[in-house]
Amino acid sequence: MSRIESTFNNLREQKKKALVTYLVVGDPDLETTLDLMEVMVSKGADILELGISFSDPMAEGPTIQHAHERALENKTTLSDALDLVTQFRKKDSITPVVFMGYMNPFEAMGADNFCSRASKSGLDGILLVDMPPEESKNFTKAASRNGLDLIRLIAPTTDEKRIKNICTDASGYIYYISVKGVTGANEFDPLEVKSKVHTIQSMTDLPVVVGFGIKDADSVVSVRDLSDGIVVGSALVSLIAEGKNQLSDKISNKIEELSSALLK
Amino acid sequence: MTEEHPILPDSNGKYGVYGGRYVPETLIPALEELDKQYQLIKQDKDFQDEVSRDLKTYVGRPSPLYFAKRWTKQLGGAKVFLKREDLNHTGAHKINNTVGQILLAKRMGKKRIIAETGAGQHGVATATVAARHGLPCVVYMGEEDINRQSLNVFRMKLLGAEVVSVTSGTRTLKDAMNEAMRDWVTNVDDTYYIIGSVAGPHPYPEIVRDFNSVVGKELITQSAKEFGKDPEVLIACVGGGSNAMGLFYPFINAKNVRLIGVEAGGLGLETGKHAAPLSDGKEGILHGMRTYLMQDEAGQIKETHSVSAGLDYPGVGPEHAWLKDIGRAEYVVADDEEALEAFKELTLIEGIMPALETAHALAHVKKMAPLMNKDEVIVVNVSGRGDKDINTVAKIEGINL
Repeated sequence: MSRIESTFNNLREQKKKALVTYLVVGDPDLETTLDLMEVMVSKGADILELGISFSDPMAEGPTIQHAHERALENKTTLSDALDLVTQFRKKDSITPVVFMGYMNPFEAMGADNFCSRASKSGLDGILLVDMPPEESKNFTKAASRNGLDLIRLIAPTTDEKRIKNICTDASGYIYYISVKGVTGANEFDPLEVKSKVHTIQSMTDLPVVVGFGIKDADSVVSVRDLSDGIVVGSALVSLIAEGKNQLSDKISNKIEELSSALLK
Repeated sequence: MTEEHPILPDSNGKYGVYGGRYVPETLIPALEELDKQYQLIKQDKDFQDEVSRDLKTYVGRPSPLYFAKRWTKQLGGAKVFLKREDLNHTGAHKINNTVGQILLAKRMGKKRIIAETGAGQHGVATATVAARHGLPCVVYMGEEDINRQSLNVFRMKLLGAEVVSVTSGTRTLKDAMNEAMRDWVTNVDDTYYIIGSVAGPHPYPEIVRDFNSVVGKELITQSAKEFGKDPEVLIACVGGGSNAMGLFYPFINAKNVRLIGVEAGGLGLETGKHAAPLSDGKEGILHGMRTYLMQDEAGQIKETHSVSAGLDYPGVGPEHAWLKDIGRAEYVVADDEEALEAFKELTLIEGIMPALETAHALAHVKKMAPLMNKDEVIVVNVSGRGDKDINTVAKIEGINL
C-alpha cells in the first residue's frame, strides 16, 4: 500500500480529515525547507506538497509567484528537490510527499528519468498544474511504472463527463480547486464546493482534497466537512516571505491553528 | 511538388508534436468551447462576410504590394516588393486578428476583453476594436516594455483600455502573457482573451493564423497581377510568428516558394542574448503549447534580448516549430545592429519607416537579394510602421527627444 493510501486509510479510521500543506522548495533555502517540513509534520500536517519553482508559474497568485522567484534566485533545481526528499526520508518514512509544479522542468529531466529518481528518493506523487490528462501519456506511464501517484486537478469549470474521464486514470487523491482563479484567491462558495465534491465522490473512490483560498481557522471550518482534506499554501508561504526570523515558530502556530480547526 | 501539406492542427490541436493544450484544468473547458465556436464560424458565411467587410472598410484592406524600386536597384539583385501591412489602421498586421477575434468574442456573448502585448501593437489593435464594439478592455504589458513603448501605452489609454504593468519575472511579453492567463483563469465566464500571436494553447495558434492569412491570400492575387507568377521568396520576421504565419500559410503548398522567417539575433547568437528559439533553443512547454523555447538545462525559461519589444519572446508559434522540423520553412537570424541598419536604410531610400520588428526581415532581404537573379522576386512583409520605435532609435543614437 502506498504512503498516500495508508495515510488516508488511517485518517478515515480516526474520522479525521487530511491537512495538506504546501511550500516551495528552496524558499528561502533548502535547509529551511527541510526544517519546515519536519515542523509541519510534527504539528499535524498529514501530506506535504512541495512546490517546484518555475520561471513562469501561470496559475499562481503573487504570494506563491514570489516564492518561486526566491527559490530560483537560489538556483534551486528539480534535482535539488529530489535530494531534499531523500534527506527527509532519513527521518520520516511515513508522511507522503508530493511535488507540485509545471511541466517544463520535469520534461527537461525527462519523464522516465524523473520518475525513476523520484521513486528512489521516496517521493509519493506528482501534480503538474499545466498537464491535463490529454497531454499526460508519458508521465502517466512513467509514474505508474515507478509506483508514483499522478494527482489530478478538477476545477469548478470541469463538467461531469470530464470529471469522469479525469478520475479514470487518476491515483493517490483528487485535488479540487475551490475557485476559478489563481492560488491565494480569496472567496469560495462552500455550497458550490460541496456539490462539486459530491459529484466527484460519486465517480471515484479516491480521496478528494480541496484547495485554493483556505487560509485560516474560519475558512477551514467552512470546508472541513465537505471533503477528505484541505490544502493550505499561500497562507504558509506568506509567512516564509516575512523572513527567517522566528519562522519555525510562526509556521508551527499556523499549522496548529489549521489542524485544530480541522478537528471541530 | 505534388505532396499536399496536411491540414493542421490535427484533432488534438497538434502540429506534429508541437502545439496542444498545456493549461490549468480551469481553462480546458473554455478552450474546448472556444474551439467549438471557432469551427462553427469558420464555416459561417455571414460571419466571414462581416470580417471581410471590416477588413475592407475599417482596416483599409487590401494592403498594397509596393515595388521598392530604388532599394532593389541599390541591392542589385532580386526585385524587392513590400507587403504594406504598416498601412493598416493602427499601423501593423495585428489588427487583422483582433477584428476577427472581437467578432468571435461577441458571438460567444463575452462582456470583457483582455490581451497581452509586447511592443504594444497588439494591445493597440485590441483596444481599438474593443472601443469600436463598446467592450471594456484590459491590456497586460511588461514594465520594461511600458518604458520603451510609452507612445503605444498612451494610445491604448486614449482608446479607453486599462493598461496593467506587469512586474513579475523578466517584465516583458512572456510575463504579460502569464498575467493575462491569470486574469482569464479568474474571469473565465465573462472574459474573452484575445491572444495576439500564433502562440498559446489550441485553438489560438489556428485562430490567429487564419485571421492573419488574409495577408498571404491577397499576395497570391497581387503576385499574379504584378509579376504573373508566385514570388521566389517570402520573408517575414518571427517573434511569436503571426505576421509570418499569415504570409506563409496560403503558400504552404506552393513548394517552389521559399519561406524564410527571421528571428531576433539580439547581440548575436553566440552571446546567448537574443530571442531566437528556433535557431538556438530546444523543445519544451510554455504558455499552453509545446514548441521551441529558450531555456536552461533545468527547464527554466531564459531571459531574452532584442532591440524590438515585439520579438522579445522566448517561444514561438508551434506551427513554425513544425515547419522548421519538416524543412518547409527556413529560419535565420538578424541581430540588433543589422536590424537598425535596415531600419535606417529603408527609411532613407524608400521613405518608409518600418517597425524594428520588420527591420529584422529587411536585414535578411539585404543579405539575400544581391545573391539572386534580377528576374526573381522577394516579397517581404512590412508587418508594422516604425513611429512607435522612434524613442528607442533616438536613445540608441544618444539623442534626447
